Amino acid sequence: MRIKVTSLKQLQLIANTIRQDLVNMLEEAKSGHSAGSIGLADIFTALYFNVIYHDPQNPQWEGRDRFVLSNGHVCPVLYAVLANAGYFPKEELMTLRKLGSRLQGHPHRGTLPGIETSSGPLGQGISQAVGMAIVAKAEKRKWRVYCVMSDGEHQEGQVWEAAMLASKYKLGNLTIIIDRNNIQIDGFTEEIMPLEPFVEKYKSFGWHVLEVDGHNIQKIIEACEESKAIYEKPTVIIAHTIPGKGIPFMEFLTEWHGKSPTKEQAEEARKILIEGRKEIEST
Amino acid sequence: MLNPEMSLDMDGKPAALRDGFGKALLELGEKDPNVWVLTADVSESTRTHWFAEKFPKRFVQVGVAEQNLAGTAAGIAACGKTAIISAFGAFNPGRNFDQIRVSICYNDVKVIIHASHTGITVGPDGASHQMLEDIAMMRALPNMTVFVPADAEEARKATLAAHSIKGPAYIRTGREKFPVFTTEKTPFIPGKANVLRDGSDVAIFACGVEVYQALKAAEMLEKEGIKAAVINVHTIKPLDRETILSYAKKCGLSVSVEEHQVNGGLGSAIAELLAEENCKLFRHGIHNTFAESGEAPELMKKYKLDAQGIYEFVKVKI
Ligand SMILES: Cc1ncc(C[n+]2csc(CCOP(=O)(O)OP(=O)(O)O)c2C)c(N)n1
Ligand SMILES: [Mg+2]
Repeated sequence: MRIKVTSLKQLQLIANTIRQDLVNMLEEAKSGHSAGSIGLADIFTALYFNVIYHDPQNPQWEGRDRFVLSNGHVCPVLYAVLANAGYFPKEELMTLRKLGSRLQGHPHRGTLPGIETSSGPLGQGISQAVGMAIVAKAEKRKWRVYCVMSDGEHQEGQVWEAAMLASKYKLGNLTIIIDRNNIQIDGFTEEIMPLEPFVEKYKSFGWHVLEVDGHNIQKIIEACEESKAIYEKPTVIIAHTIPGKGIPFMEFLTEWHGKSPTKEQAEEARKILIEGRKEIEST
Repeated sequence: MLNPEMSLDMDGKPAALRDGFGKALLELGEKDPNVWVLTADVSESTRTHWFAEKFPKRFVQVGVAEQNLAGTAAGIAACGKTAIISAFGAFNPGRNFDQIRVSICYNDVKVIIHASHTGITVGPDGASHQMLEDIAMMRALPNMTVFVPADAEEARKATLAAHSIKGPAYIRTGREKFPVFTTEKTPFIPGKANVLRDGSDVAIFACGVEVYQALKAAEMLEKEGIKAAVINVHTIKPLDRETILSYAKKCGLSVSVEEHQVNGGLGSAIAELLAEENCKLFRHGIHNTFAESGEAPELMKKYKLDAQGIYEFVKVKI
């Protein structure tokens, strides 16, 4: 099964809820990665409320699509969509990063329903996604593999090892979505270690490459649908995003990579998001 | 005197430990359709090519990419498979420790890591390829079981055992041919050390190819009236506390022998245990150094890891 919300307005409202949840969670946790998590709210909403086949009541359902989060530090956004989809009670979101919580600072397979793989060390998710897709292809399974990655982690050699393997096996059942937000810890990717020409890199590795506005939910869904139609190649969707999107004082700023909002900042962010919600509702 | 129940054949024909591993893969491939094997451009050296020929659909060649080797296997295992990865010890687990730690052990998925070329007996390739720190790395990891089989037959059994236990496992083998002195009947129970020879003056705890050398050394010591017990500690983690403690106490003097750095390996594992029990232990192995090129027997002699070297080490300590 899948939770298929088709109304764009409805999806935008969910993304707004996710952003509010993220602000609350990160404020309460007093640490965590804000920019990436918040910037990915639209992509995760599209995936979990339209694209991916999954069943929150039966997380281990054999027919589910496998979702691998490679850049584990943005896990708050994964936790938020999982809770909103019904995997666990929403109250639990407020335990993020706390002692005894199932919401570990970086995800742990087996601790929380809906988490397919542990992550945190960058560059490891894609290999695991490729392994899953190899099995699915060999055994002619219908399920697909989706993997979200960051741009910064493409500086890890392992990513390109896995990209070659996916291409060798012609993994048409694999879709990677890259959070192209241009930031990493020490600054802008193009200053720290340029990734461009990004599209050409993936093309030369034998991938089908798409580019989308990572805040346009409709376009994200369309790109994912297109990836399903490509049989002979794995697909990568380079999603251009704004780090911290929706909360102007966070947007585009590297400093928000790894910090959480103070009480005052969270208060301001909530006001902005509630305003934004009204705007969506009135369209 | 050898423990007859152990069914040993000290004149056994030589075979490489990796051959035992390769044979076990064929057995596993036959009996379990969920077994997958992966390698990183070293299929013949690791003996995974036998599996590849027989079960091509469940064989993955990732090229020279050990990090991706471990990660892809973790993904395959996350689908309910047993994924077996095999490459040279220097790179697997030397290159991909982080991937083994998080993608495999933290996920707690069924991946068996086989290191085919470990220790000084790798020989002429030299120090860069003579992995001597792998036991230290692997035994530090939660969820991991660590096997260091003594000969080709035990390597076969260790591989089958690694498949039958829960969670990830590490199997260490070498490249060189050594006498196959255990037989099909020699027991192999994960976590249960084998007492191959009883004795009361000194307990020699050995693993890997040093077990045979230790048995030979014990024969030499016997001629001088020194009764050495030889215990094959084929499972480094979990360590067989009971057997090790009882022999350490019975003999009053213990010696560990391994083709690995003494810091972090078998000797360290036993020292950690014995320190709590006030028993005396001397560790024999590689002492904080890289080795060098040479033929395996030459290196074993130079680094005193042949029977003569062990004999001399024990003589000095006793
Ligand atoms: C292997 C590894 N090295 C270093 C880190 C520390 N680290 C965490 S996030 C990060 C920045 C990577 O950039 P990106 O993922 O693009 O960050 P974002 O866009 O989410 O701010 C680094 C270096 C890590 N998690 N893993
Ligand atoms: Mg980034």
